[in-house]
Amino acid sequence: MNAPLLEALRDALGPEHVLTEPEDLIPYSFDGTAALHQLPGAVVFPADTEQTAACVRLAHAAGITVVPRGSGTGLSGGSLPLAGCLVIVLVRMDRILETDPANLTLHAQCGVVTKTIDDTAALHGLFYPPDPGSMKISTIGGNVAENSGGLRGLKYGVTRDYVMGLRVVLPDGTVTFLGNKCVKDVAGYSMKDLFIGSEGTLGIITEVLLKLLPRPAARRTLLALYDSMEQAAATVSAIIAAHIIPCTLEFLDQMTLRCVEDYAKIGLPTDCQALLLMETDGHPAAVEDEANRMMEIARAHGAREVRMAADEAEATRLATARRSAFSALARMRPTTILEDVTVPRSELSKLVAFIAATAKRHQLLVGTFGHMGDGNLHPTFLTNERDHDEMHRVELALSEIVDETLRLGGTITGEHGVGLAKKAFLPRQLDGGSLTLLHTIKKALDPAGLFNPGKIFD
Amino acid sequence: MIHTKSALIPSQSPAANPAANPLFSCKANHTGRSPVLLFSRMHQSSLLAKLDYSVLQQCMHCGMCLPSCPTYDETKRERNSPRGRISLMRAVADGDLTASRAFAEEMYYCLGCLACETACPAGVDYGSLFETARAEVERTGAAATPQRTFWRWLTLRHLFLKPRLLRALGTALRIYQKSGLQFVVRKSGLLRFLPLSLRALEPQTPTIAPRFSHELIAEVERGFAIRPSASAEPPPSQNKEPGETNSLPPQTPAHRRVALLTGCVQDLTFPHINRDTADVLLANGCEVFTPPVQPCCGSLHAHNGDLESARTLARRQLDLFPVGELHAIITNAGGCGSHLKKYGHLLADDPAYAARAHDWDAKVKDIHEYLVENGCRPPGAGCGETSVTYHESCHLCHGQKITAQPRQLLKLIPGLTLTELPESSWCCGSAGIYNITQPEQSAKLLARKLTNLATTQAPVVATSNPGCHLQLQNGLTAHPGHPCQTVTQPVTLLARAYRAEMAAAEARLDR
Repeated sequence: MNAPLLEALRDALGPEHVLTEPEDLIPYSFDGTAALHQLPGAVVFPADTEQTAACVRLAHAAGITVVPRGSGTGLSGGSLPLAGCLVIVLVRMDRILETDPANLTLHAQCGVVTKTIDDTAALHGLFYPPDPGSMKISTIGGNVAENSGGLRGLKYGVTRDYVMGLRVVLPDGTVTFLGNKCVKDVAGYSMKDLFIGSEGTLGIITEVLLKLLPRPAARRTLLALYDSMEQAAATVSAIIAAHIIPCTLEFLDQMTLRCVEDYAKIGLPTDCQALLLMETDGHPAAVEDEANRMMEIARAHGAREVRMAADEAEATRLATARRSAFSALARMRPTTILEDVTVPRSELSKLVAFIAATAKRHQLLVGTFGHMGDGNLHPTFLTNERDHDEMHRVELALSEIVDETLRLGGTITGEHGVGLAKKAFLPRQLDGGSLTLLHTIKKALDPAGLFNPGKIFD
Repeated sequence: MIHTKSALIPSQSPAANPAANPLFSCKANHTGRSPVLLFSRMHQSSLLAKLDYSVLQQCMHCGMCLPSCPTYDETKRERNSPRGRISLMRAVADGDLTASRAFAEEMYYCLGCLACETACPAGVDYGSLFETARAEVERTGAAATPQRTFWRWLTLRHLFLKPRLLRALGTALRIYQKSGLQFVVRKSGLLRFLPLSLRALEPQTPTIAPRFSHELIAEVERGFAIRPSASAEPPPSQNKEPGETNSLPPQTPAHRRVALLTGCVQDLTFPHINRDTADVLLANGCEVFTPPVQPCCGSLHAHNGDLESARTLARRQLDLFPVGELHAIITNAGGCGSHLKKYGHLLADDPAYAARAHDWDAKVKDIHEYLVENGCRPPGAGCGETSVTYHESCHLCHGQKITAQPRQLLKLIPGLTLTELPESSWCCGSAGIYNITQPEQSAKLLARKLTNLATTQAPVVATSNPGCHLQLQNGLTAHPGHPCQTVTQPVTLLARAYRAEMAAAEARLDR
C-alpha cells in the first residue's frame, strides 16, 4: 500500500489504529471460511461513522479496494481480504446508542456483538430473536450485511425481519441513514433492504436500528431420538400439519451428534441416526400444550425416545451444543467444508437422502445438521485441504448437491451468503435478468468497483 | 495463499504489551542479530514446522475462542487472539514468516490461560501449540537480550532445576525478611539503586514460610491426628535421599496409598497448604507418601519455552515415585497439575520413559478431583468461616476441566455458604510469571477480578493455585477497604473442619 495513503490513514485514525506489519496482517488474512487465505495491504480500526467515511474517501481517492469486517466469523468468505486491500475493522464501534421500549426498537453501532443486543433487550423484557451460531462474538453489522439466520428462523424469521433502519457509508464516502422507527413506511424504494445481505459490496453499515419483540414468557425444549432420518422428517411435517409453529426444529445426524457430544459432554445419545431439537416459546399455557402435542407427534412417528429439558439451564446447554455443531465437526478431519443449501420444507428429506448418497458415491465423510423447520441444511464435508484428490471429489459432490437443491426448488445459500465460496454456483440459480440486475445495482452504487469486488459475482 | 515478503521487519505494533517487564519479557532492545542468519537458522529445524501439521490445521478459525480470550478482550486485535496466534504459528511452520521479535512478543503476551481450549468446539490443543511456539522463540533467540538470558539461566536452569538450591535461597530470603533487614532496606531507600523493573516487583516478593513442607509432613503418614498448629509440628525424620524412596514399607490394606507433590512456590510460601492437603487425605483414610526433596514439576519450564528442562524434570519425577505402588499421585496446585498430567505427551519420544509417563498421567489427580472421585467424607464440624466465594485457577478449570469438584467440597463443609463469583474462570492475571513479564496487563486482570470479588460481598475467597493465591493476596492487601480480605484454599477450609471435628471429639472424651 502506498505511503501517502497510509500516512493519511494514520492522520485520520491515529497511528495505533493502522496496521501494516506482517505479524499484524496475517491474523486478518482469513475469516471463518475454510481454506481461504489472502493477505490484505493494511488493516484499520475507525472509531465512528465519520472515521469510517474518511477511510472510504481516502481509499476511493487512491483507487484501493475496501473490505469491511466485523469479528470475521462469516462462512462464505464475505470478509476475506483481497490482495493488497484495505480492511476496515468495525469492532471499535461497539456502543448501544438507544433502547426504546415505547417503540420496541434498539439503536446500536455496527460493532456490537449479537448476543449483547439480545442481552440488552432482555433488560427491558424484550427480545431480539435472530441467533446465528456465532452470536457470542459475531457483530450486528456483519449479521445485517450477511442477512444471518439462526435457530429460530421458522417462527421468527431472519435478521432482515428485524432491521428498521441503517446508517450506511457509500463507496464514495457519502453517509446516509435509511429507514426509521415507523412500522409502516413506503416513502421511496426500500433502500435499507438493498444493503441487508449485500455482503459489503454496496456500502459499510455503521449503525443499525432494530425491531424488538416482547420476550416470550415461557419456553420448552424437547429432544427426540430416531433410528432413521425419515422418521425425523415425518415428525417435522406432522408438527407443521398440526398447525404448531415451534421456534426451533433443529436436526443433527449421527456424525454431527458424536462430534457435538465429544465437545459438549452433556449426555447426548450417540447411537441414534437422527436427533431433533425442538423448542416452543410463548404464553406458558400455549407452550405447555404445544410441547405435549409435539411429544405425542414425535412418539407417533417412531421416535425411540423423547425427552423434555428439565429447566432453562438444560435448555440453554442443548441450544449451545447445537450452535457448536459446525466447529465441533472439525474434530474429525483437518478441513471442514460447510454448505448452506436450502429447499422448501416439503423437499427436505429428499435432499438429506441425496447428500448421504452423494457422499458415499464420492467416498467422502459428511456430517449433516441444520434447521429442519425452515429447510436449511448444513452438509459439512470432513476432509483435508492438503489432499488434492479428495478436495476434488468434495468439489464434485458439492456441485451435484447444488444441482439437486435447485432441482428441488431450493437456493444455494439460506443464511451464510454467497461471498467467494458459492460464487460459482450463483449463475445456476439466477436467471439472466436477475444477474443483470445485480450488476446494474452494483455499478450504480460502486462504479469504480472498489467495495469488496469479486464477492457474490464477478 | 499467504505471501509475506516483508516478514523480516520486526513489528512495532503498540497493541501488545506496552509496559512489559524487561527482566523476562522480549520487549527490550533489538540484539542486532542479522535477519538473514536468523532466517537460515529458522529453516534448519523450526519446531513449529516439525510439529504434526494436523494440530495446526485443527483450528478452523471459526472465532468461537475470541470472547474467551482475556488479551483479545483487552485489545480487540486478532493478533492478540488464539486463532490469530495460531495463524502466526502456522505461517512460521509454512515458512511464510520467521519467528520474529513481534512473533516472540505475541507468544509472550498470551497468558497461556487455556480459556480458548474450553471454548474451542474443534478441540484445538492450544496448550501444545503455545508451548512449541515459545520453545521456537527461545530456540531462535528472537526475544533474547543479555538481561533476559541471564534471568532465564538463573531461574529455569538453576533455581527451579535444583530443589535444594531453591530451598537455600528460600531460607536466605526468610532470614532477610524475618531479621527485619527487609524492613530496614525498604525504609532506607536503598531500593532506589535497583533497576526500575526489579523495584516494581520488590513489594510483590512473597513472604517465605517459617518451615518448608518437609519440616511439616513426615515422609510416610497414616491416620489423621490433630496438630495444634501446623507450623508447630516438629520436623519428622528424613534420612532418605531422592531416588532411594522407590521402595516403601508394605501398605496397610485399610489405607489407600497416595503420593503428595509439594511443589516449588507452594513449598516456599504455602507449605501449610501441603500440610492441609495431607491432613484431608489422612482424614479420608489415605496413607500419604511425601518425599522430602522433590524436583519442580517442570511446568514453569514448559510454559516458558524450555521443553528440554521440562523433560529432564519429568524424568526425575518418574524416578522418584513408585507409580505402580500408588493409588494416586496428588497435586494441589492447578498450574502444576495441568502440566503433570501431560508427561506422556512430553516424553512420548523417549523410549526409556514413555510407558512410565503414560502410567504416571493416569495416576496424577488434582486433590479436589481425587476426593470427589473417591467419596469425600463430610466433616462433622465447621471451618470457622460462614461465607466463601471461589476463584478458579485457569489450569485447574481450563487445563484440567475441574470445575465442579472444588465447589462440591466447599459445600460439604457445615455452616459454609458458597457464593458464585462472576467470571470465576476469567484469569486473575497471575498466569505463572505473567505478573512479572507483563505487569500492566496483569494489573488490569487483577483489577477486574477484584471488582467481581467485591460484588459477592464474601469475606473469604478460596482458590487452588499458589500463583492465583499470591496474586489475589497482593491485590487485596493493596485494597484494605475491599469486602473480601482473606485468601484461602478449599483444602485448607476442609482441613480446618476436620480438625474442628476432631477437637470436638477429643473434648467430649476429656469430659
